[in-house]
Amino acid sequence: MEFSELIRTGRAQAELLRGPGAPPLRGTLCVTGHHLLLSPGPQATSDLWLLLLRSVDSIEKRVAGDSGTITLRCKDLRVLQLDIEGVEATLDIARSIEALSSLESVITSFPFFYRPKGLRLGDAWHFHPPEHYYKRVARETNAWRLSEVNEDFSVCPSYPRAVIVPRAVDDDALARSARFRQGGRFPVLSYHHAPSGTVLLRSSQPLTGPQKRRCAEDEELLRAVLAGARPGARGFIVDTRSAQAAKQARMTGGGTEAKAAYPGWKRLHRPMERGRPLQESFVRLVEACGDLEQSMDRWLSRLEGCRWLAHVKEALSTACLAAQGMEREGACILVHGAEGTDSTLLVTSLAQLILDPLSRTMTGFQELVEREWIQAGHPFQLRCAHSAFSHARPKHEAPTFLLFLDCVWQLGRQFPLSLEFGEGLLLALFEHAYASPFGTFLCNSEKERCLCEVRTRTHSLWSGLNQPKEQRKLRNPLYVLNPLAIWPSVEPQSLRLWQGLFLRWTRPPEPSEAAWEKVWQIVTDKEKTEGSQPTVSASEPQP
Amino acid sequence: MEHIRTTKVEQVKLLDRFSTSNKALTGTLYLTATHLLFIDSHQKETWILHHHIASVEKLALTTSGCPLVIQCKNFRIVHFIVPRERDCHDIYNSLLQLSKQAKYEDLYAFSYNPKQNDSERLRGWQLIDLAEEYKRMGVPNSNWQLSDANREYKICETYPRELYVPRIASKPIIVGSSKFRSKGRFPVLSYYHREKEAAVCRCSQPLSGFSARCLEDEHLLQAISKANPVNRYMYVMDTRPKHRMQSWWATQKDIGRIIVRISSKIWNDEKIRESHEQKRLNAMANRAAGKGYENEDNYSNIRFQFVGIENIHVMRSSLQKLLEVNGTKGLSVNDFYSGLESSGWLRHIKAVMDAAIFLTKAIMIENASVLVHCSDGWDRTSQVCSLGSLLLDSFYRTIRGFMVLIEKDWISFGHKFSERCGHLDSDPKEVSPVFTQFLECVWHLTEQFPQAFEFNEAFLLQIHEHIYSCQFGNFLGNCQKEREELKLKEKTYSLWPFLLDDQKKYLNPLYSPKSQAVAVLEPNTVSFNFKFWRNMYHQFDRTLHPRQSVFNIIMNMNEQNKQLENDIKDLESKIKQHKNKQTDGVLTKELLHSVRPESPTLKTSLCFKEQTLLPVNDALRTIEGSNPADNRDVSSVGKGLVQAPSRPRHRQLAPRQAQ
Repeated sequence: MEFSELIRTGRAQAELLRGPGAPPLRGTLCVTGHHLLLSPGPQATSDLWLLLLRSVDSIEKRVAGDSGTITLRCKDLRVLQLDIEGVEATLDIARSIEALSSLESVITSFPFFYRPKGLRLGDAWHFHPPEHYYKRVARETNAWRLSEVNEDFSVCPSYPRAVIVPRAVDDDALARSARFRQGGRFPVLSYHHAPSGTVLLRSSQPLTGPQKRRCAEDEELLRAVLAGARPGARGFIVDTRSAQAAKQARMTGGGTEAKAAYPGWKRLHRPMERGRPLQESFVRLVEACGDLEQSMDRWLSRLEGCRWLAHVKEALSTACLAAQGMEREGACILVHGAEGTDSTLLVTSLAQLILDPLSRTMTGFQELVEREWIQAGHPFQLRCAHSAFSHARPKHEAPTFLLFLDCVWQLGRQFPLSLEFGEGLLLALFEHAYASPFGTFLCNSEKERCLCEVRTRTHSLWSGLNQPKEQRKLRNPLYVLNPLAIWPSVEPQSLRLWQGLFLRWTRPPEPSEAAWEKVWQIVTDKEKTEGSQPTVSASEPQP
Repeated sequence: MEHIRTTKVEQVKLLDRFSTSNKALTGTLYLTATHLLFIDSHQKETWILHHHIASVEKLALTTSGCPLVIQCKNFRIVHFIVPRERDCHDIYNSLLQLSKQAKYEDLYAFSYNPKQNDSERLRGWQLIDLAEEYKRMGVPNSNWQLSDANREYKICETYPRELYVPRIASKPIIVGSSKFRSKGRFPVLSYYHREKEAAVCRCSQPLSGFSARCLEDEHLLQAISKANPVNRYMYVMDTRPKHRMQSWWATQKDIGRIIVRISSKIWNDEKIRESHEQKRLNAMANRAAGKGYENEDNYSNIRFQFVGIENIHVMRSSLQKLLEVNGTKGLSVNDFYSGLESSGWLRHIKAVMDAAIFLTKAIMIENASVLVHCSDGWDRTSQVCSLGSLLLDSFYRTIRGFMVLIEKDWISFGHKFSERCGHLDSDPKEVSPVFTQFLECVWHLTEQFPQAFEFNEAFLLQIHEHIYSCQFGNFLGNCQKEREELKLKEKTYSLWPFLLDDQKKYLNPLYSPKSQAVAVLEPNTVSFNFKFWRNMYHQFDRTLHPRQSVFNIIMNMNEQNKQLENDIKDLESKIKQHKNKQTDGVLTKELLHSVRPESPTLKTSLCFKEQTLLPVNDALRTIEGSNPADNRDVSSVGKGLVQAPSRPRHRQLAPRQAQ
């Protein structure tokens, strides 16, 4: 491996400052191909400190006298400071970190080298794909089938091999519909809502262009969806762009479904922010959260100015709209924006969480993320290349997935008993989406993952997370199955800043952690007391 | 009753101000002597106490009827549509009369009858005993004593009869000082820190003018500083802000001369020195008007600290702005935050909190006594003293302790509850949410220290409800003297015993008094720790709330745990007895029944049964439970237990079977 060429210096003496609540560490600093290590002296009791270089978002160096300081801003929003002895060592280490943390090659990334104890390669990789979900749909209705039209990724490069489509539409028609949709993302089933018999679909925008082209197979596909639901069913197309933006898209070959061409379908526009403005919003929020000295007025005006919570509100209310259309109006819903890989997935995945009790369980939620984000072709590698600290000019970065996690957190706050997982899982997903030793979030699509052999050569995050020792961090101790839909309030008074994420490293560890520990204790006590009751009866001598 | 023309109106609609659908509830509106009652078609009742009504508004007639908007002091806002204008007009007029009483005797507390006899009522009033509380703090002692100077309310009408002052402060000194202080409110003890031997004292501003001085007042402050054996330096905290009086001061001609005089003054403490020049100008302005702050030339061993808490008028309009913003339908996130900012409400809350923290630090770190004052010493001073005591002393974080704290720093020291809450039809400029701010500060502390308080949010909301309800006598009147004249203890009931009876509702399940390593709370007042208190300002807007309550479920679980643990102990001891008595040792069904008459799941409510938590690995357990061997074993134990087939038991039994 050529990592050694990028490593300018092997080691140096350094002191690490980790922010409030954690004592500083002194020891020998060492740069390896994938990690920054700090090994405390032999007399120290604490273990090796390890940082994945991939998680460094920005690096800043300063030298003074015969020592230097490196400030590392990480993708998980942590800020670390290294005080290093020796100017030369400081500069060398800084250069090494810079070079190694910005390597773009996927197959030389750490997941391809990570071999943790207790896990076997290939575990949990076949745990969640669409085939699995199809089995569930097939139990509820027979109007849908699993199509392997995309077996070789030629119809749609960003879809998985298998997708769920109306039984009445054959593979040829699908292929033609795909040519009419941007990136080949023809309408596929995202969720079947059994109680109302309606479905949630997602796609990309139709390529109507300035001539208002039409596609008979695409129209047939959506007609078949309504026919499959129930006679006379209606449908809503939720376009995540404004009516004007959708119209403008025609000039560049895109567009939106013409009313006359799709009888029974009604279009609704719910503009949602995406791309660069979303990334900027994230950057500004993180900046504001890093300032401990600001006055109340300044803080509130920055919180307002960054607009992050406004995006949370938009996302949740659009998801509510889609969910309401299905549950209350008995309508089928198709969601798309332009490419159908960002805000579209945000809406479809949140709508499922609102409606589907199974998706609120630990495994159900992991399946949802796998199916609606990873397999559905959210370009994680592009979107999460940099987090909020990077000075590099943003290209394709956007915190869409983080926005999703934030919305889930808001749901969890409003329905504290209904999600089986806790804040811990959401934080873990955020971290791993941006930098991870696991392969789950690598690449931009199934196709790329196949090319890189991610499934056979890296470990799955899910098998890492589902180890028993991780459970306490990830679960919600108060969970009880709630069979109903959970309708969140989207009033600004009901939405809160996700302090556990955005202020995770800036505020000192709060007594709230102790309180959470107490909740766990009460819950386990309860299980114990209930459990120990038969111990008494069992100790009774048998007659 | 003479104000009520119409007692019942049918077909009235009730609109939800935040609901997105425009569906309204239809029902019947009743007007009683004390309440407005709305019963909707689902028989759900909405009671509104007349005293809670802050304003009634009749809007322009619409096709569906005449809209009537009622805003309440507990932040409930109801929007009725009355079909006939005549009825609406009658109700409107009646409510206007009923919500503004002219005399104390017409308030609800004087007619409220919870069916207690006189001795119960008296016991209720004796529940909180302040003399007892001062004893708990450790006074009187060798440095502090009970003064009888105000026994007949002769020196200060708005103070209580019993006041604690330094032992070396003689009566002439007290009398002299009281003449020098606004409303006669001379420096007295509010809280004594037994361990540090330092005191929190309170007073009103001195009437010093530019050159006037008062030797007695100087002596009294000397006496306070001498009463602290550890640190002779003491702080005087002026809780008022700078800019308000500055603009006034800017018009004064000799400003330059005074600035020179101030800045030439050498300060002992570098930290305090910074930026306080400006703040002091304020107090200087007040001084020019014959009021102000102590001229430090005349007081030795004193450090002055100015903290900027705004006056009651600023607070009133700040809350008003906040409520206006929040009442907007379809409010955007940006409008919400810019409204929150421009109302300044959280800034004011932070200012109060910062002041209390300063006080706490002065005592804990510097071991210094602190004298707190504002203008009259009954609003901001009460906030700072009580919040400071709460930070210092964990007793005040218990349910009973919190009641004591309110009795001590608010009720007895003459916070003008009736004027601030607008109990009677009086000057609207005297109304101000000073006490609400105190409760909000406490709420912020409970958020930051979830395990430090014995009570929960519901307790704070309930107290807030009753400072306006006029249902109990505690908060009526503006000072103790007035309360005695009203004979409240004979004619009305005290709130506290009722809260204590309902204690279960107000307990914080996470409270762990012992795990709190430090008894003193050190809140972090970085701006993002202050959040909008939705459960207060939207307590009646159910659509905005979290739909499930964590607190209730943990509370239930905790109780169930305790119950089960007790049962287990019982069982174990009985088994022991049994074994001792009968060597053949057969545990009879009857014995089991006597210990556990019903199963634990049956004991709790149905709704809780549904919420019973499933242990981590559900699938595994189901398999164990379906093992026929397990089932056989359970059935052989006895019917009493079969009724409660809680699954974990199977898990426990399985290994024993294997043996």
